[in-house]
Amino acid sequence: MGYVGIAEGLRYWMKRMEMPRLIIAGFLVLLYVIAPFVGADFPTQITNTINRFSWNAVLVLAMVPMVHSGCGLNFGLPLGIISGLLGATLSIQFGFTGLLSFVMAIVIATPFSVLFGTGYGTLLNKIKGGEMMIATYVGFSAISFMCMMWLLLPYTSPTMVWGLSGAGLRPTISLEGFYDQVLANFLHIKIGNFEIPTGSLLFFALLAFLMWLFLRTKTGTAMTAVGSNRVFAQAAGINVDRTRTLSVILSTWLGAVGILVYQQGFGFIQLYTAPNNMTLPTVSAILIGGASVNKASIPNVIIGTILFQGMVTMTPTIMNALIHMDISEVVRVIVTQGMILYALTRKPEGGN
Amino acid sequence: MKQNKVLNFLLNNMVPIMFIIICAVLIPLSGFSAGYLLNEIITRMGRNTFLVLCLLFPIMSGMGLNFGMTLGAMAAEIAIIFVADWQIWGLPGIVLAVILSLPISVALGWLCGTIMNMAIGREMITGYIMNFFIGGWYQLVVLFMMGPIIPIVHSSIKLPRGYGIRNTVSLLNMRQTLDDLLAIRIGGIKIPVLTFLLIGLLCLFIVWFRRTKLGQDMRAVGQDMNVARDAGIKVERTRIISIIMSTVFAGFGMVIYLQNMGNLPTYTAHSQIGMFCIAALLVGGASVEKASISNAFLGVTLFHLMFIVAPAAGTEIIGDSMIGEYFRVFASYGVITLALIMYEMKKRRSKGQAGQMLAQAQREEEAS
Repeated sequence: MGYVGIAEGLRYWMKRMEMPRLIIAGFLVLLYVIAPFVGADFPTQITNTINRFSWNAVLVLAMVPMVHSGCGLNFGLPLGIISGLLGATLSIQFGFTGLLSFVMAIVIATPFSVLFGTGYGTLLNKIKGGEMMIATYVGFSAISFMCMMWLLLPYTSPTMVWGLSGAGLRPTISLEGFYDQVLANFLHIKIGNFEIPTGSLLFFALLAFLMWLFLRTKTGTAMTAVGSNRVFAQAAGINVDRTRTLSVILSTWLGAVGILVYQQGFGFIQLYTAPNNMTLPTVSAILIGGASVNKASIPNVIIGTILFQGMVTMTPTIMNALIHMDISEVVRVIVTQGMILYALTRKPEGGN
Repeated sequence: MKQNKVLNFLLNNMVPIMFIIICAVLIPLSGFSAGYLLNEIITRMGRNTFLVLCLLFPIMSGMGLNFGMTLGAMAAEIAIIFVADWQIWGLPGIVLAVILSLPISVALGWLCGTIMNMAIGREMITGYIMNFFIGGWYQLVVLFMMGPIIPIVHSSIKLPRGYGIRNTVSLLNMRQTLDDLLAIRIGGIKIPVLTFLLIGLLCLFIVWFRRTKLGQDMRAVGQDMNVARDAGIKVERTRIISIIMSTVFAGFGMVIYLQNMGNLPTYTAHSQIGMFCIAALLVGGASVEKASISNAFLGVTLFHLMFIVAPAAGTEIIGDSMIGEYFRVFASYGVITLALIMYEMKKRRSKGQAGQMLAQAQREEEAS
C-alpha cells in the first residue's frame, strides 16, 4: 500500500514539476556531480552560482506583479531598466558616493519608474490580450530612444562622459568608489574559496518578503483576481484598469531596483544597447522556476533564478573541461528561448 | 462628410505620411545628390523587396507579421555556406543555393507553423522567440558541427581552430552575378533587371495565388478561423502552409540579398533581417492584418531612403553620426510598435462594435 502512496506522490510531483523544469534541474545536478571529476573547484562553483543569483534575483522578481495581474510576461522590462539607469547616472552626476549613491539611485529612479510605469500601464490597458508583443517593441523603442539620449543629455561627471569630447556617456561606467559591492560586502562571509554576498541576499529576501506580503493585502488579492479572471474581477467591483496599471508600476520599479542590484554586483553600469540582453534571460528564469504566462510566485522566482544562473555559471566550466569546446553560450540560448517557447505554447490556465 | 474622408485617409496612412515628412526633412540636410540616392534606392530595392514580399502570406492567413521569416534566412545561409565550400560560383551557385535552401526552409517552416498552431493568438511573439530559438540551433550547427560532423572541404571558410565557419564567408565570386546579368545602365544608374524580373514574378505569383482555392482558404482562415473550420477548411494545415511558403520565399529572398552584398556575415546576417523587413512593410502603410504588394514597394523605398540619409543628416545636425544610426533603429522599432498598438486597438474596437450590434439586435428582437 505504501508503495502506491509513494508512486502517487511521485506522479503528483512529476506533474507539478513539468518536464522542462525536470530536465533542467537534472542537467544542473549532473553538472554539479561531474564538476569535481573534471577538476572544477566545487566551492568556487557554488560561490559563482550564489553570486549570480544575488545579482539577478530582483530582476526576476520584477516579473511577478505583471504576471499576477494578467499582463503576461514582462517583455517591457527595459523600461524598468532604463529608470534604473537614469537613477544610477543621475546619482553619480549629483556627486553621491558609497552606499548613499546606491540609496539615492533608487530614490531618483522611483519617480521615473512611476512615470514610465503609468504611461506603459495605460497603454497596456488599451491593448489587453496583445501585451507581450507590444511590450517587446515598447522596450526596444525605449532602449533605442535612450541610446540617443545618453549621447545628448548634458551629463558632465568626468567619471561617466567621454574623456575627449567631454560630452555623451560612455557605454560602460565603472562603479568603483560608488556603489560597487555595497550590498554584497554587508555581513560578507568568506570561508576559503567559499563566499556568500549576505547583504545582497538579504536585500532580495526583504523585497521578496514585501512582495509576498503585498500579494496578501487587499490590493494584492485584487491583482491576482484580475489576473485569473478579468470578467469576474470586474463583476466583483474591482477597478481592473487601475489594478493592472499599479502592477505595471510595481514591475517597472522592481526592474529599476533590479538593475541597480545587478550593477552593484557586476561593478559596472552598462548603457546603450546593453539592456536588450537582459529581458529574455530574465523571462526565461522565472519560467524555468515554474511560472506560466499567467501564474507566478516567489518560490518560482527563487528556484528559477538558481536553476538558470546555475546553468549559466556551470556549463562553461564543465563543457570546456569535458569536450574542449565552448558550447555553453549556445546551450544557454537554446534553453532560454526553448523555455519561453514552451510557456507560450501552453494553454493559459483559467479563462481570460 | 468630405472633411471626414480626408481625415480618415490621413489617419489610415499616418505612418507613410510621417515617413515622407521625415525623409523630406532629412534629404536636404544629408546633402546627397539625387543621382546617388536614386542609385542607392534601386540597389536596395533589388536587395530587399523579395524578402519583404514573403511577409504577405502569413498576413493573408491572419497570422500577423511573420517574425519567424528569419528561419528562411538561416536556411539560405546554410545553403550558401555549402555552395561556397563546394566552390560552385556564379549563376549555377545561386541556383544551387536556392535548391539547397528549399528542403531546410520547408522543414523549419513546418516546425514554426506547427508551434504557432499550439499558440493561437500569440503567433507573433511565438515567431519572435522562435527566431532566437532556431538561431541557437543554427549556431550549434554552423559553429560546432560544421567540420567534425558535417564535412567542410575548404579550410578557407573554416575558423583557424579547425571547426566552425568563419565570421564572414566571402562570396566575392558570386557577388551581384544575378544583378549584373541583364543589367541596364541609364546615366550612371544601374538597374538590375533580372532581380526586378524575379521580384515581378513573385508579385504575379502572389496575385495569382490569391485567386486559387488555397489562397481563398487562407483568406477565409484569416477572416475567422471558426467559420473557416465550419466551412470544411483544414485550418491548421492551411496556416502551416502559409508559414512554409513565407519561409521558403524568405530563403530565396535571402539568397538574392546575399549575392548582392557579396559576403556572408555568418552569425549576424539573419539577426536584423526580420525586423528591418517588417518595419519596411509597415512603413509602406501595411498593418498587421492587411498588406498589399504596393505597401511592400512603397515601404522599401521610404524606409531605405530614411536609412541612407539618417546618419549623414545626424552628422549635419549634431555632429555625431551615431545619433543618426540610433535614430534609424529607433524609427524602425517605433514604427513596428505603433503598428502593433494600432492593430490591437482596432481589434478591440471592432470587438466592441460587434458586441453592441449583437445587443441592439437582441433589443430589437425583444421589442418585436
